Formats: sequence, C-alpha cells, structure tokens
Amino acid sequence: MKEKNNAINQEIVGRGNRDGANLFRQWFQELTATAEEGKGAAYVFVMGSINEILKTFDFPVVFPEINSLQTAVRRVAGELLSEAEDYGYSPDICGYVKADVAVQLNRGKHPMGRIPKPKIAVLTNACNTYLKWAEIWERIHDCPVFTIDIPGTRADGTQTWQGHIDFENDKKYIVAQLKELITVCEKISGQKFDIDKFRETLTHANTMSANWKRLLELNTCKPAVYNALTDGTIFLGVANGFRGAEAGARYFQELVQEMEYKVANGIGTVTDEQFRLFFVGVPCYPIFRRFNEFFTDWNGVFVSSTYLWFASGGTNVGFQYDVHDPLESLAEGLLISVRDAMDSMFHQHRIVMQSVEPFHLDGVVYHPIKSCRTVSTGLADGRRHVIENVDISTLFFESDLMDKRVVSEAQMKNRVDAFFEGMTSKKQTAGRV
Amino acid sequence: MAYTAGVDVGSTQTKAVLINEKKEIIGKSLIDTGANVIAAAERAYEIALENADIDPRFVEYVIGTGYGRYKVTFGNRQVTEISCHGRGAVHMFPNTRTVIDMGGQDSKAIKVNEKGEILDFCMNDKCAAGTGRFLGAAAVALDIPLDELGPTALLATKPIRISTTCTVFAESEVLAWLGKGKKVEDILRGVHQSIASRSIGLLRRVGVFDEVTFTGGVAKNIGMVKSLEEGLDRKVNVGENSHFMGAIGAALFALDHVLASRQPVAAEERR
Ligand SMILES: Nc1ncnc2c1ncn2[C@@H]1O[C@H](COP(=O)(O)OP(=O)(O)OP(=O)(O)O)[C@@H](O)[C@H]1O
Ligand code: SF4
Ligand SMILES: [Mg+2]
Repeated sequence: MKEKNNAINQEIVGRGNRDGANLFRQWFQELTATAEEGKGAAYVFVMGSINEILKTFDFPVVFPEINSLQTAVRRVAGELLSEAEDYGYSPDICGYVKADVAVQLNRGKHPMGRIPKPKIAVLTNACNTYLKWAEIWERIHDCPVFTIDIPGTRADGTQTWQGHIDFENDKKYIVAQLKELITVCEKISGQKFDIDKFRETLTHANTMSANWKRLLELNTCKPAVYNALTDGTIFLGVANGFRGAEAGARYFQELVQEMEYKVANGIGTVTDEQFRLFFVGVPCYPIFRRFNEFFTDWNGVFVSSTYLWFASGGTNVGFQYDVHDPLESLAEGLLISVRDAMDSMFHQHRIVMQSVEPFHLDGVVYHPIKSCRTVSTGLADGRRHVIENVDISTLFFESDLMDKRVVSEAQMKNRVDAFFEGMTSKKQTAGRV
Repeated sequence: MAYTAGVDVGSTQTKAVLINEKKEIIGKSLIDTGANVIAAAERAYEIALENADIDPRFVEYVIGTGYGRYKVTFGNRQVTEISCHGRGAVHMFPNTRTVIDMGGQDSKAIKVNEKGEILDFCMNDKCAAGTGRFLGAAAVALDIPLDELGPTALLATKPIRISTTCTVFAESEVLAWLGKGKKVEDILRGVHQSIASRSIGLLRRVGVFDEVTFTGGVAKNIGMVKSLEEGLDRKVNVGENSHFMGAIGAALFALDHVLASRQPVAAEERR
C-alpha cells in the first residue's frame, strides 16, 4: 500500500512543473523551426493576447515579455540590456523592451532558440509601454500593428456589468475592433476565418480559465500546495503560450488534479510552513532563485500574488465564453478579464484585503520594480491603505525584473530579515496572550 | 550573574556592547569597520570585554547585527539592525514610537510598539544619499573634522539650499558654493537641512509618532539633531549611547534568550 502511494506520489507530485517545462521547450522548438523556415509569428502580450483569434489562424505566438524574462532567468539579460543601451535606449525604460530590442537586433537569437520575426503585432492598452514597444517592431520589421483598446474601470470599484449601458457600449466597441482584427488576420494569413475552429479554441480557453481559477483557490489550503512565485511563473508561461490550445487545456486540468491530490494528502511546498505571504508586483528575475530563498529560508511561502492575476490577463476571473455567440462572447470576456488585469495592477489593495482571511495571510510583500511604472506606481499608497485597514505585516522593497545593476542582494536580504523578525515577534506575542 | 553582548558591524563603524542581567551597560567599544570585517567584529568585542573587565567565558550569548552580522563568527545568532535599533531605542527611551537611525550608508525610519517590536520600517534605497557618508564627503570638501560639522553648522545665519544629497555630487556642490563666496557655516547648515529633509521623508512614510528617538553615529552630530527637530517641529531623543543603540538592542535580544532558556516552563507557555 505504502509503495503504491509512493508510486502515485512520484507520478503526480511535481508533474505540473515537469510538463510545464516540456511544453515550454516544445513551444520554443516550434518558434525556432518557424524562424528557420523564414516564416513569421504573431507578437502578443500577456494582458490580452487575443490568442483565441490568432490560434484560429494557426499563427505561432511570441510573447516578448516571456522571452525577456527568460533572458534574465538564464542570466544573459545584462548583456542584452547593455546592447540596447549602446544602441541608444535609455537606462530608465522597461528592461523587457530593451532585452527584446537586443534579441531583434541579433536576428532572433535567444537562449531558448530562435525567435521568428513578427508578421503582425497585436496588443491592448493594458500597459502604455506595449504601444511604444510595438512601434519599435513596426520600424524594425515593417509589420502591421493592431491595437485593441479595452476600456478599463472608470474609477476604483465602479466596474459595470452585463445590461449596464456603459458595459454594453464598451462591448460593442470591442466587437467592432475584433471584426477588424479578423479581417487583418485573413489578409496576412491568406486563410478564411473558420468559425468552428474558433469555437474550438474558445472551448480550450474555457477549460483553462475554469482550472486557473480553481488553481488559485486551491492554495487557500494549509499547507500551501504550490509557491505562487516560482511555480506560479511556470504556470503563467503555459497559461499564456497555450491559451486556446488543447495542450494548454489539458495541462491545467492535470495541474488541478495534482494540486487536489496534494491538498488531500497535505503535501506542502515547504517542509515547515510558518508564514503565508501574498506577493504584490513582479518578481526579481535576475536573482530569481535567491530572491525566493530570502523567504523560504524563513519558512515563508507565497500562497498567491497579484502577478498571477494580471500576468494571466485576468484569467483568474474564470470567464466562460458562450461558443454559440463566439465573437460577442469573446468581446465580453476580454472586457471583463483585461479590465480585471488592469485593476489588479492599479487597485491591488482590493485583492490584498480580500485575500487576507481566505488565504490565512501573515504578511504582504510589495515589490515595486524600476522597470515598470505600470505595475509599481501606486504600490506605496496601496500598502498604506492595507495597513490602515487590516492588521497585517508588510514588506516594501524595490529592485528590478531584468536589471541586475539595481538589484542589491545584501540590502534586500536585510529588509526581508527584518520583516520576518517583526512577524516572528508578533506571532510570539500573540501566542503569549 | 550572566552577561550578554551585541556586536553591531555597520558599513562604517563597528560597535560592541556588553550588558548584565540588570540590562546595564558594563562595557562598550567603537572602531572603524575597515576592509577586514571579521577582524573588526573580533576586535570590537575584545575591546568591549577589556572595557568591562570580564572574561569572555562569562558572556552567555552574543548576537551580531548590522550589515556585517554574518561576519560575527563568534556570535550565536544574527538579528537585523532594524530590529536592534528599535529594541535599543525603546529600552533607552521607553516612550519611543518612531526611530530614525542614521548610519554611514543607510538611513532607516522604524515604527515600534511599546515593547520595541517592529511595526513598520522604511529605508533609503541603494545609494548613500542623505546619510553619514554624505556628511563625511562634505567634511572632506570643507576640510573640517567630523565632530565639528554640527557645531559649525549651528553658527549659520543664512543657510544655503543644497539641491543634491547625492554623495558623489556633494563635494562639487559644496565647492561650487564656496566658489560663490558663501560662508562655510551657511553651506554646512544647508547640507544638514537637506539630509534632514530626506530622513523626514522616510519618517513620514512610516508615520511620525511621539516620541521620536534618533540613533546611529549621525546622532552625535548636534547640527543634525537641530535640523531634524526643526523639520519635525518636535524634540527628538538623543543620548550618549545613541551611536550604540543597535549593539544595545542586540545585547538585549541576547539577554532575552538567556533568560528564556533558564525558564523552560515559561518558554513552553510562549509557544
Ligand atoms: N563624532 C561624530 N560626530 C559626527 N558624526 C559622527 C561622529 N562619529 C560618527 N559620525 C557619523 O556616523 C557615521 C557612522 O555611523 P554608524 O556607526 O551608526 O554607521 P554604520 O552602522 O557603520 O552604518 P550603517 O548603519 O549605514 O551600515 C559616520 O559616517 C559619521 O558620519
Ligand atoms: S512596463 Fe511593466 S507592464 Fe509594461 S511591458 Fe514593461 S514590465 Fe510589462
Ligand atoms: Mg548601523
């Protein structure tokens, strides 16, 4: 019996990370093959990739944000940033952009393979850097750029829903843009839009969304079954690259099975979970492993993050498309999900405050980054709002997602240690009463 | 009688303090950290032992703090200087709720409760702008000894507004003002005010609550004490041991440990 359990353990525990890595490799192999055949890909972003339409046309998809973060994790970002800066880009702009520019200048050479050129770039307004970034490709590659403008929340906490005039108008506005996008895709691909295939991609996306939502909820359990920071980054890669694909849908079904198994068997991600943390912002990829160890060394584990919300383009909402009304439904889903992604950057205090109880949080870690004003602006205010309203420890410390020059390990560790010392004495005091 | 020690290996200076069970300081030392951090920690500890005239065998527990805390190789444990300054400040001035520590490389604002536990903190980021090092650079540019900086600044009649707190630019900015014929004391007062305003920015981020206690080496500088008090519009606590606050806090944490391990029952209850 015990042996059988062990076998199941080995088969299922860690499967998500293994399969995720495999899917990743496969994805980059396909991209490399595309590049070598001299063919192009669709360049898209994590907040509103519109994969549902692009996959219908069989476009290989490139996520430059993911490419760039991979260069940091694989420790070549430094050279790429310098190269882009030598070329004339300012040290102050987003490191993701600069690493990608260097990849483009090196004709797609990337540590994971070769990145094909864009034959179209599709973006949303979720980050204003997206627009400038796409203009760079437009200049380098002379490719068409298609911006989908998704209306955001008008003011904190004032989202409107189906039936409300603003919502219906916003939805119409998106439907019109999607129709235009389809025409452009037909022209570029030389293929007619296949509505049945489109329905299929929507179905796969539905499966993924439902399971993504479930995945986030599962980590409310004690001990946490995955690390939202490290494991979460793998999940995010698959969620973006394989949205609308059967492989992506299957991956998340199996991932949820794995996590449910871990919940049922009390298999946590650290051996002795002491502190449950919520991460706000974007991770520090140049020292990713060390960064995580700052916390796990104290038996702290990230149970959730705003990153899992916004960098999945709002998949956390779990929106389900109605395949009988596919285009309208895609517009509705985009409106709700991308709007939510923006809210989880700009109005993060809401998510944090909602998460304190269900996730049994001990602390919230705010990590603003120099590269990204989109995500980082407002974190200080958000934190202040949270501490004024809930009794929770917080840590606020800054570095970058790409640029090691502004990452100071000793100073970061000092702050993290002080944060845990504070939480430790708080726990001891609580135990004394 | 048990003794404990705290060794605060800062980026600029290393401080060691020995206390007894009554939490009285019985020995202390202050040396420059220099390049050999391990040796500095050992040397500071030795001097403190000599100063207290006790044998190291009677020191039951040693805690290292400061940037070089992991270099206190003879220490039993490490605690960040953020926790230590908070603890030390509340011990010395029990009504302390906000601490400002200004050292050689860092300025830290710390919010504490009545037990000296950290509620929140905020530090200057990455560069040494607005810290002791900036004052050091200004002292070099003006050719004035460190401990005369503050008293000289207080002689100012028309303080200059200094626009940079960047250590790299300190010298050139100071020299530029000298070149324009401004008085040394007026320039210096400006330097102090600009650093004070940066620190006050940090304090405001954690919230300024009475009483405010000023710790770290820069607390020895009367010019900075005055500039902070003016900027905050309230008195700040400083004492002869302000520079040692981190080491004192570390020694107190060490004493906590010793006392707790003597009362196993109480220690059990705590859990
Ligand atoms: N007698 C004095 N008068 C004025 N300033 C002084 C005096 N002695 C030391 N200082 C200032 O104190 C600073 C050192 O303070 P301290 O020992 O608290 O720093 P540290 O702990 O080494 O640095 P950090 O905490 O940033 O790592 C020096 O840079 C100097 O500017
Ligand atoms: S600025 Fe921020 S959100 Fe925009 S691309 Fe860069 S990292 Fe992403
Ligand atoms: Mg210090």
